[in-house]
Amino acid sequence: MKFACIVFPGSNCDVDMFHAIRDELGEEVEYVWHDEANLDRFDAILLPGGFSYGDYLRSGAIARFSNVMDAVIKAANEGKPVLGVCNGFQVLLEAGLLPGAMRRNQNLKFICRPVTLVVENNETMFTTGYELGEEITIPVAHGEGNYYCDEATLKSLKDNKQIIFTYKNNPNGSISNIAGIKNEKGNVIGMMPHPERAVDQLIGSNDGLLLFKSILRNWREAHVLNV
Amino acid sequence: MMKVKVYITLRESVLDPQGSAVRTSLHALTYNEVQDVRIGKYMELTLSKTEEDVDARIKEMCEKLLANTVIEDYRYEIEEVVSS
Repeated sequence: MKFACIVFPGSNCDVDMFHAIRDELGEEVEYVWHDEANLDRFDAILLPGGFSYGDYLRSGAIARFSNVMDAVIKAANEGKPVLGVCNGFQVLLEAGLLPGAMRRNQNLKFICRPVTLVVENNETMFTTGYELGEEITIPVAHGEGNYYCDEATLKSLKDNKQIIFTYKNNPNGSISNIAGIKNEKGNVIGMMPHPERAVDQLIGSNDGLLLFKSILRNWREAHVLNV
Repeated sequence: MMKVKVYITLRESVLDPQGSAVRTSLHALTYNEVQDVRIGKYMELTLSKTEEDVDARIKEMCEKLLANTVIEDYRYEIEEVVSS
């Protein structure tokens, strides 16, 4: 399986993401610069965290109009798995691939520490490796992770089981404790916590690795015979 | 030429954590009459003369990029600039 790791000017979790795929998952991954217009050769798209374009104007607002985003939207429409982590999540929100928006953290602090997440939906191509209701430890590192959407959107997120991860103890004020959501179709997911920073017990947790393993397993079941 | 002043603020329904912190600080300075503080952004755009519908163009700019209408409201003023 071949992953694209999108790099914007100001991305800073791209190397961790690359490491998670190549060294821990053992699959192919390539850095893709933000002005590339074609992602047809990839099976999955990863938007890593960081501060794309310095987060000028709003987090993700300028990255959303970079060349590569048309190709990301095309890949999403084709049903390929698209994962946005942290700033990558913010870019997906700005691009309208996921509903809602991010506000400053309620306590106005940049929060950087491991948090406990609850798996709210394990029937997505990203989460089949987890148990429903399982508690996992994954670090967050953000100043604007306070997810917001209006009442109607929140209802549809709940009705369609689009909320994938919630915080056990809400660190940032996020509505309904939301830490990660998917689109209606289920192939685009955005999450503030960093699964790519939780792929080895040596650094505290490998709970994030199951997310990447789930993507791989589901892709193989769909695309490779005799697995 | 035209100067466009764009004001962007969080929607009324959206809590403004920065604004609340500034209000608390103003209260600490004994400005107790301050009931609410909303923090926003102010931008100045300088536009060349155009045959196109300026209002429509600016609205488009605001909705596509300058504001995120999920959480923000915008308003703007247009001023003619007399070039000497």
